[in-house]
Amino acid sequence: MELLDHLLLGFQTAASFSNLFYCFIGVFLGTAIGVLPGLGPTATIAMLLPVTFVLPPVTALIMLAGIYYGSQYGGSTTSILVNLPGEAASVVTTLDGHQMAKQGRAGAALAASALGSFFAGTVATFLIAAFGPPLAAVALEFGPAEFFSLMVLGLVASVVLAQGSLLHAIGVVVLGLLLGLIGADVNSGAQRFTFGIYELADGIGFVTVAMGMFGLGEIIRNLENEGERSVMVTKISGLWPTREDFKRMIAPVLRGTGIGSILGILPGSGSILGSFAAYAIEKKVSKNRAEFGKGAIEGVAAPESANNAGAQTSFIPLLTLGIPSNPVSALMVGAMIVHGIQPGPSVINEQPALFWGMIVSMWIGNLFLVVLNYPLIGIWVRMIMIPYHLLFPGILVFCAIGVFSLKNATFDVYLMALFGIVGYVFSKLGAEPAPMLLAFILGPLMEEYLRRAMLLSRGNPWVFVQRPISATLLVFAVLAMLSVLIPAFSKTREKAFKE
Amino acid sequence: MKHNPKDFWTGLLYIFFGVSALTIARDYSMGTASRMGPAYFPTILGALLAVIGAIAVIRSFITSGTPLGGFAWKAMALVTVAVVAFGFLVREAGLAIALPLLVIIGAYASARFKWRTALITALGLTIFCAVVFIMGLGIPMPIIGPWLGG
Repeated sequence: MELLDHLLLGFQTAASFSNLFYCFIGVFLGTAIGVLPGLGPTATIAMLLPVTFVLPPVTALIMLAGIYYGSQYGGSTTSILVNLPGEAASVVTTLDGHQMAKQGRAGAALAASALGSFFAGTVATFLIAAFGPPLAAVALEFGPAEFFSLMVLGLVASVVLAQGSLLHAIGVVVLGLLLGLIGADVNSGAQRFTFGIYELADGIGFVTVAMGMFGLGEIIRNLENEGERSVMVTKISGLWPTREDFKRMIAPVLRGTGIGSILGILPGSGSILGSFAAYAIEKKVSKNRAEFGKGAIEGVAAPESANNAGAQTSFIPLLTLGIPSNPVSALMVGAMIVHGIQPGPSVINEQPALFWGMIVSMWIGNLFLVVLNYPLIGIWVRMIMIPYHLLFPGILVFCAIGVFSLKNATFDVYLMALFGIVGYVFSKLGAEPAPMLLAFILGPLMEEYLRRAMLLSRGNPWVFVQRPISATLLVFAVLAMLSVLIPAFSKTREKAFKE
Repeated sequence: MKHNPKDFWTGLLYIFFGVSALTIARDYSMGTASRMGPAYFPTILGALLAVIGAIAVIRSFITSGTPLGGFAWKAMALVTVAVVAFGFLVREAGLAIALPLLVIIGAYASARFKWRTALITALGLTIFCAVVFIMGLGIPMPIIGPWLGG
């Protein structure tokens, strides 16, 4: 079987000592930042990128991916124990998870979350392995028009799934595309929007933007609400779920995995949408629907499986199409480019060890996480207690040194400070900055594909709807946009974000 | 009388950036649809952004929205000043000056700022960074910069 050969190659890559080691470091750090409120995976990955540049590309990507799905685990731990989602995707877990903890069943809730996540992670790994290659084969047939339309779909999806006003989100995306164009134009070599500043000739580094908007911007936002946070940790008891619990978990885990896997592939969503959808569906179909909100184990198992499945499958568009679907994978695209790998459908054939190694490492990482979570729970609990005013100066230091070390340029440090203000102001104005980063990375690529498509069609803009795949992608984009305008959906969208 | 301040101010920002992009792009060559010059894509985007901004501003007079809420001016200013000061000092004065300043100015943004904890944090982080980043990873930052005779 070809699939098994591939997975075997993956195992050989992932199971080398240094890859296992960095995979472990990645999931450990990921769990830690998932636990620490006010520090998300995007900011952490941005901060650690410069450090990973000294590693071989596979190892670097394995570690970065580990941080991402590790943070999902850590986020659920805090949701259950202290009712604080350390991470956006685990917001719904607080509803039933914390209730269980209050009833003295924290252990069962943590186990439901860990086992559900592990199962979902395993399934998602096989899904990537099974659907990655055929999807990449399809994508190899893509011309510039298809890639352009795919990026339009990706950006539209990130707009639709962004919090707050739709109009603001579209604006943020367009602004991000424009920022991405700063620097030398690839075709003509003309300097664009550089204001004669020599440091801008190569464009703005995406790490600078990400650290500014997510690192510094997030610090300012957290300082604004300082003092609202009082931490009360529930005692952990009832470490293992009962037989009855297991029975009740099976169906929700299966449903959560399915929903999460599908929604994770959608550009722009990653794991957040999946966990909300899985919870909502479980609440409708469960036999024990009356218990929801009062500590139903289904209400933990389903969203936790979904967010982990989604975190994994969100790598499918990244690895096969080279299109990032959320800020985290946008950073990974950047990391790949720095390592000299052009993300796209050819990665799978040209760098099979990298592709399969990364996939298998995700499964290994999930195994680490299940094993890690129990013995280390004491450490996580103590970490939750670290007050923010002691934590954030450290984040500040890592951002500043990290950005400086990229090119040893103080200019990037100033630029990061500016993007900190930009990130904060836009979030205050109700325009979430996440889609901007995605657009920023896609900006130059989109322009290039637009140019090539228009060159091939001799200036005929209808090429985007005359080619069937491109047209289909655009239809999806339009449908996604329209779906927000339909009142029923927009109401659920509002509700989902409010909870 | 405007009802939706978020729409209004975001709209103004979008118009500003959109029109700036359009104006600056006029200096570059436009090219044709089949052979796009450097101005083509930015012009489309700038126009789109300006239109979105205009819609937001118009909408702000029709709809009502939540008020902006207080800006964390102090936190924003201190975090920015701390980072800029670090950038300004790191090469010339060295890590031993730039990093403690970054930590202390930054920490001052918190309502729970205490000199004692800030100084201890600054000292600890400076030693940590000197060991990990300069000695470990070899990032070219002086510990004591030329200004101080380093």
